[in-house]
Amino acid sequence: MLVAEAKRIEVDLGLSHFKEANEQVRAALAQADEVVVASANAQRYLGCALAAGKRLEIHGTPGNDMGCYMDGGAIEVFGNGQDQVGNTMNGGTIVIHGRCGDAAGYGLRGGTILVRGDCGWRAGIHMKQYEQKRPAIVIGGDAGAFLGEYMAGGAIVLGGRAGSYVASGMHGGIIYLRHPLAAEEVPEGVVQSPLGEEDKGLLAGLLAAYNGAFGREGPSLDGADEGWWCLRPASARPYGGLYAS
Amino acid sequence: MMDCVLPRYKVLRDADLCSGCGLCARTCANGVYRLAKDGGLPSIEPARCVNCQRCVVTCPARALAIVRWPQAGTGSANWTLEAMQDIAKQAQTGGVLLASMGTPSPYPIYWDHLLLNASQVTNPSIDPLREPMETRVFLGSSPEALKVNERQQQVVEPLPPQLKLDMPIMFSAMSFGSISLNAQKALALAARELGTFFNVGEGGMHRDLEPFADCAFAQVASGRFGVDPHYLNTAAAIEVKIGQGAKPGIGGHLPGEKTSAEVSRTRMIPEGSDAISPAPHHDIYSIEDLRQLVFSIKEATGYRKPVAVKIAAVHNAAAIASGMARTGADIIVVDGFRGGTGAAPKRIRDAVGIPVELALAAIDQRLRDEGIRSTVSLVASGSVRNSADVVRAIALGADAVSIGSAALIAMGCHQCGDCSSGRCNWGIATQRPALTERLDPQAAAERVVNLLRAWTCELQEMMGGMGINAVDSLRGNRLMLRGVGLNEKELEILGVKHAGE
Repeated sequence: MLVAEAKRIEVDLGLSHFKEANEQVRAALAQADEVVVASANAQRYLGCALAAGKRLEIHGTPGNDMGCYMDGGAIEVFGNGQDQVGNTMNGGTIVIHGRCGDAAGYGLRGGTILVRGDCGWRAGIHMKQYEQKRPAIVIGGDAGAFLGEYMAGGAIVLGGRAGSYVASGMHGGIIYLRHPLAAEEVPEGVVQSPLGEEDKGLLAGLLAAYNGAFGREGPSLDGADEGWWCLRPASARPYGGLYAS
Repeated sequence: MMDCVLPRYKVLRDADLCSGCGLCARTCANGVYRLAKDGGLPSIEPARCVNCQRCVVTCPARALAIVRWPQAGTGSANWTLEAMQDIAKQAQTGGVLLASMGTPSPYPIYWDHLLLNASQVTNPSIDPLREPMETRVFLGSSPEALKVNERQQQVVEPLPPQLKLDMPIMFSAMSFGSISLNAQKALALAARELGTFFNVGEGGMHRDLEPFADCAFAQVASGRFGVDPHYLNTAAAIEVKIGQGAKPGIGGHLPGEKTSAEVSRTRMIPEGSDAISPAPHHDIYSIEDLRQLVFSIKEATGYRKPVAVKIAAVHNAAAIASGMARTGADIIVVDGFRGGTGAAPKRIRDAVGIPVELALAAIDQRLRDEGIRSTVSLVASGSVRNSADVVRAIALGADAVSIGSAALIAMGCHQCGDCSSGRCNWGIATQRPALTERLDPQAAAERVVNLLRAWTCELQEMMGGMGINAVDSLRGNRLMLRGVGLNEKELEILGVKHAGE
């Protein structure tokens, strides 16, 4: 463990098992608000339940469930994320200078996930929102199938192209698309439309966050005033009429 | 469209006894009774009656009784009146039939085919009134071997976290939303009083229940409602819900009408919105993925809390449980198809899953055959109705059982099976303030405590009769069971001999 600065500690995880790796990271976080993981090698759960005021900088490839149950902290990955980035995350920010795997932001309730490149399947699945907790995911590249499945709240921004079955079962929140869906790709119960005035502020803020994080690394996302489309559910009760009463 | 759906029940009112007080009309949230403007007896609309029996119990004159609607079927055992009524309802609505509580279908109840042993002459029975009788059990995984430093008289490696139950009976998961907060409070009070555990279900933990967190299971289901680090670390243990006996293979769906302000706060979703728990967890597609979720919870809780995984009893339960035992799960919960629910599609409730008795016996045997039974605890649920069922379950291999319906019945539930309407006149399966206030948590808890104290006495009596003085000695002790009226295959799966053998 190297103490580089007073409040910044560097740890090298090598090929350690996730249990030891996370113990090492937690021990470092107990001493410093900022911890740099010099070489992550697919260790799972890095930044699990990371609290507000704590920051994790990860180099290499973090394993699945990075930032699970995260609780207000910040993670920045210089590399790619794997599956379930920000699983059941409660708050904080995750920035990935690369791409990420499947089910990013599963059950995301608060905070922001910014992905410079593409993401796998089922990003933003079952995102939700409650009062001031309005989570967001911004994906600069393309998304795999089932983006925003069962989405119940929050916002997803997709700079690239969506895979198939976007927003299946969506019943809350909003998805901003740079490339609109063909009419037959819009699922039942979901409405695609150009941006309304009320959407522009939220989108502009998320685009600014993306550009601030990745502006020097590639093309920026812009044009909140035009060229964006949005998907929103037609009803918050998509299955209200399913049952015989 | 012509309404072909007949009333299910008929209200009998004894006009000689009825005082016309109108309490029935004020009691019934289903609107069966309507006060007469001229001061006469309330009018009756039988089609609205669900047979919850609230009016019968509360009528001060004892003037009311509910009977089945006296319409005769055709006499066909195939096209019963119920089968035709289901078709009428779907022909009129085009909807999925909803049902609540456990299946009433007449499948075999294996508990009733298992008889208990008692000692005669040799290994004499024990009188629990005079001799100590241990009903305490611990739930959690056990290490393969206990490493002890003999000189220092200390265990060398820390033991995995364990739950201490003063009786081998817990309360099943019932969420805030499916049942009222007062019903949850009653279970919490009872669990603390009895030295056992209740389970907040998948709807998060209401802040009023946090003082009871040390006897609470927090549940993590696919919707992840209310799940955050505080929730996980507050509870005594965490249960991952994969499936529920009443509705294997499908998820949960709390309709928006039940997402009141308080439910919304606890689930952390907007008021009035549907709370949908998809059928699968979308981070679990394999045993390996389940292991990943189990360890994410352990990481989030510092390995201080046991993690349970609950599955519905289905065809391959034994093979599934074998996998679960290798995921790092500390407790396996198997929930049989007669288990209750706040709402399930009727066809699924009545046709999917298998009896918990068979699943439990098969799982216990499989884990023993593979030499891993001692690494996990096994909890059975899905219609444990009395203390003899508890004894049977433990003898078939369970470390403990969970009860849901029995505890609700103790509080006043009359199993009308209309939970999904949200009009529970007993204040249990409803969020309407006028109805929930009918359930006093203290009084309801007292009834539940009474029930389980009585069961524990009976458990001790039955164990004593077998010459057994600890639940630990009863667990998996299938020699204490004999089958009656079972075929060879059933006996083989249950691992018991036939009576007389």
